Amino acid sequence: MFDAMREGLPAAAGVGFKARHFEALMRDPGPVGWIEVHAENYLGDGGRPQAQLSALAERLPVSVHGVGLSIGGEGPLDPGHLARVAALCARVGAARFSEHLAWSTHDGAHFNDLLPLPWTGATLDRVAAHVDQVQQALGRQMLLENPSSYLAFAESEMTETEFLARLVARTGCGLLLDVNNVFVSATNLAFSARDYLGQVPLEAVGEIHLGGHAEQADAHGAPLLIDDHGHPVADPVWTLLGEVLARTGPKPVLIEWDTDVPDWPVLRAEAARAAAALEGVR
Amino acid sequence: MRQESFRAALLDPARPAPAGLHDGAGRPAGRRFDIYRNNVAASLVAALETGFPALRALIGGERFRGLALSFLRAHPPRDPRLALYGAELPGFLEGVAPRARFGWAPDLARLEMALREAYHAADADPVAPEALAAIAPEALEGTRLKLAPAVRRVVSRWPVAALRAHALEEGPRPEGGAQEVLVSRPGFDPLAQALPPGGAAAVAALADGATLGEAHAAGARARVDFDLGPVLAALLTGGAITGLMPQDCKETLP
Repeated sequence: MFDAMREGLPAAAGVGFKARHFEALMRDPGPVGWIEVHAENYLGDGGRPQAQLSALAERLPVSVHGVGLSIGGEGPLDPGHLARVAALCARVGAARFSEHLAWSTHDGAHFNDLLPLPWTGATLDRVAAHVDQVQQALGRQMLLENPSSYLAFAESEMTETEFLARLVARTGCGLLLDVNNVFVSATNLAFSARDYLGQVPLEAVGEIHLGGHAEQADAHGAPLLIDDHGHPVADPVWTLLGEVLARTGPKPVLIEWDTDVPDWPVLRAEAARAAAALEGVR
Repeated sequence: MRQESFRAALLDPARPAPAGLHDGAGRPAGRRFDIYRNNVAASLVAALETGFPALRALIGGERFRGLALSFLRAHPPRDPRLALYGAELPGFLEGVAPRARFGWAPDLARLEMALREAYHAADADPVAPEALAAIAPEALEGTRLKLAPAVRRVVSRWPVAALRAHALEEGPRPEGGAQEVLVSRPGFDPLAQALPPGGAAAVAALADGATLGEAHAAGARARVDFDLGPVLAALLTGGAITGLMPQDCKETLP
């Protein structure tokens, strides 16, 4: 269906690109070997966003990360939006395209959040059909990212890792393994992150995400972690990353920092820590 | 569970969380559902705050937040491109903004939306300011202009460009007075320039392919002593002219 050899990012550290870091990245990307952008922020016709992205794309491989396709939505994918995303991937020569195992649009309204899904056969059918549609429109394999969860569905018929394994087998898509999301979900839903990482099909992982989370408590006083991408990556998440990389070997590892975006030296230091973790398994 | 029931509770804090959701220990999800409510509201309020900074500065952060929450419930985004979100805000404000104190709010929102559209508009190289001067005086009247994709016009009975400058601490609080505003994008940063009365009508005519003579006539319909000169100066300053087609030019306008 597609040529797996032409897919992929360097097995290096990357960062989610923010405009305020443009000059620094152009001057000296340091440990950063690639960047990722949210597709929906770069669908304008021109201006500074497009100019910065074009300039960066000449220097560094670019991963296009969709946050608005609503792959898990009950309704059909928006064909206009899918076409715009495909055009963006072509325009920047995207080394990767990824999206989320979530929904965000319903009946024409877009909620700008990654909303949760029950792990059922019906969800699997729907997500698989949408993944097929995206992969055909883009002419390439896509990666799908595991969600950060705050609640579970009584109707779920299988575990999240079983769902992901079946989706990968059925569609040929790859996985974007967000290790922070695994840690957040495991804490919030009281399962073992290590068990999850032992069950998820690691051979399908094409990219890894790391981000920071906030710590709260639920109504019963149980820890409740919020995946806010507004903090440094937590130490237990770094530990889990090391364990994953020990099994997979080097992979592209992205630092995501989307709220309370820090100055470049702080983000660069996080990227350097990811680069060091990768060096440890080369 | 249908996503419809999830959606309905998402935008309405008065509704209970949908049934069938639980925490890891099998207890009802309860307030955990609020995380999604908060994420949706907070991210969309933030998008509106980013998109309408002058409006927020003038009406105050708390009032803006309240309006934004009402707006996003009535008008959730229809497109994942948040750069487009808020186009319905001016009309929404017409219905809710206290007229006496904030009558200018809808037009200020229109101006900020026009500036955002200009920010994302397609690139186009402007002509050099000298290019217009190089046209023979007798040919000027029949000359047509090609305008940049970023060009927008906002006509208000309020001094919206001056209000915006004041809100962003770039100017004094303006005294009354209607304002016609040209929005364009020299380089990457959009620019709002006040036009003389009739200027917006002249720019509208030029955008429709009128000659400079016809554009002057359009402006003069709004004001008898209309002068096209300051309008052309604003267009040149704003990088808004991307082509000049003199009278004898055979090139057809796009």
